[in-house]
Amino acid sequence: MSVDLTDSILYVDAVSVSFDGFKALNDLSFVVGRGELRAIIGPNGAGKTTMMDIVTGKTRPDKGMVVFDGSIDLTTRDESTIASLGIGRKFQKPTVFEGQTVEDNLLLAVEGPRSAWSSLFGWRSGVSVDQVLEALSIIRLGDLKHRLAGSLSHGQKQWLEIGMLLAQNPKLLLVDEPVAGMTDAETEETARLLTSIAGDHAVVVVEHDMSFVRALQCKVTCLHEGSVLAEGSIDAVSANDRVIDVYLGR
Amino acid sequence: MTRFFFRHFDRTAIGFITTLLFIAIVVPFLNLEVPESSLFHIPTYLVSLWGKYLAYALLALALDLVWGYCGILSLGHGAFFALGGYAMGMNLMRQIGARGVYADPVLPDFMVFLNWKELPVTWYFFDHFGYALLMIVLVPSAIAFVFGWFAFRSRVTGVYLSIITQSLTYALLLAFFRNDMGFGGNNGLTDFKDILGFPVQAASTRAALFALTALFLALGFLLARAMVVSRFGQILASIRDAESRTRFLGYRVEHYKVMVFVVSAAMAGIAGALYVPQVGIINPSEFSPSNSIEAVIWVAVGGRGTLIGAAIGAVLVNFAKTWLTGTFPELWLYGLGALFILVTLFLPKGIVGSLSARVQRIKGSGAA
Repeated sequence: MSVDLTDSILYVDAVSVSFDGFKALNDLSFVVGRGELRAIIGPNGAGKTTMMDIVTGKTRPDKGMVVFDGSIDLTTRDESTIASLGIGRKFQKPTVFEGQTVEDNLLLAVEGPRSAWSSLFGWRSGVSVDQVLEALSIIRLGDLKHRLAGSLSHGQKQWLEIGMLLAQNPKLLLVDEPVAGMTDAETEETARLLTSIAGDHAVVVVEHDMSFVRALQCKVTCLHEGSVLAEGSIDAVSANDRVIDVYLGR
Repeated sequence: MTRFFFRHFDRTAIGFITTLLFIAIVVPFLNLEVPESSLFHIPTYLVSLWGKYLAYALLALALDLVWGYCGILSLGHGAFFALGGYAMGMNLMRQIGARGVYADPVLPDFMVFLNWKELPVTWYFFDHFGYALLMIVLVPSAIAFVFGWFAFRSRVTGVYLSIITQSLTYALLLAFFRNDMGFGGNNGLTDFKDILGFPVQAASTRAALFALTALFLALGFLLARAMVVSRFGQILASIRDAESRTRFLGYRVEHYKVMVFVVSAAMAGIAGALYVPQVGIINPSEFSPSNSIEAVIWVAVGGRGTLIGAAIGAVLVNFAKTWLTGTFPELWLYGLGALFILVTLFLPKGIVGSLSARVQRIKGSGAA
């Protein structure tokens, strides 16, 4: 590959992992540039979520290398270290702290000291409230900041979780199926939101919804059986014969 | 609304502490200063009985800190309670000195009976009260630290964690039953004479122990509450509600869990140390898993995640136990089982949890 390592925020190189003999990822390689917006598509079992598990440290690869920010090897680090390095992850099922207010959810996410001692002896010290307000305005939940997160609608929870990622101020956001269960209007709004975030942060979106992926107007990587099947614009990828085979079945 | 809630809760907290301080003064006074003929006199046996309840309340508080606020359902907290109790008991044994049945100046009676010639290393320095105090906190904390370090780092959670905490206390039960462990085997430690030079049987000592227990319950409550209202407590709640979200935000979940588990174990150890001189005996049955499970029931009855509820639950359930085992001994276990089922069905938040939810609802409708 000719891509310069230092230009990439995420460099996944020949990663393989298998579970009980099933090859979830098979020699997977791809590169995401700084500030890039990238969509990852693929049928069920293509390895999309496993790829995220590898990048965020939940799963260790059997072989291969994952380099973050040009020089940091992620394969030897755990989730909380990787999160502090600047990688935020949104889960497929919206996961927020339901018993706490929208504002508190964001405050917990804001970058700053994370150790148990600092939390015990410094009540919210060193945490920037500006970042909370900024995230609130981006996700448009400012009016609901005192509401309990558990009382939000499904779509609002998805946004809150994206807002928490933003408050973390990561260099890379991994977003797993953000529009699952959203109305058409919410889906459109989410596409706008993710497009506006990209640039300041690199964003990798895993999604099934093709019209949503089209609305993102970005480079698309199609995975199949744990490796890259096709990569390029959405039109090029969806016109690819092998992609059509995989999606429509042979 | 949040502020309203906190203000309300703060008032309850202040009321709880005031009540404890009040009974710490009034109960000893009514016991020692009011003549026995008076209607207001409190007999010494009741002072010790309620002192025992308050020690249980401190154990319940410790359990609520880990279970109610961090979701760690420990079914082995009785182990930390018993370890603190043994550390206190060892000091009391050594204070007996030559007044034992066998009149050995150093060795406790059971060692003479086993024909031991010298004091085991584990008993060294326990004649110093300060050393015993240190061990009361240190031993449960150290065991909680080692246990927690391995369990939480390996991400053992939920029912699996509960089962291994239960194994922990059961393993200690079996170990303490053995005579060659050197802790008195199945008879445990008893026949105490003095504590810090004061006779343990004396009414004044009993009253002082009662007052101390009430004070430590108040201190334990203050500490636990300070922890749960801090950002630390907010993160504990986050771990309880969405552990992986917390971890992927960059928090070291295992550090938080170990820390709260160790603090809780130390509190349970202090509770055990206050319990032993008031009941006059500590034996391996304190390690039995059913004791730890009973403590979980106290917390559930009073209200998980409320601190005050845990303490109230411990006192109420034990009061009921004393009464039922006195009048209908065979009914107690059925009563306990029925209580657990009824609370789970009709008061899932426990007594205090349901009350504060109701107060909040009234305030909420008033404000709206």
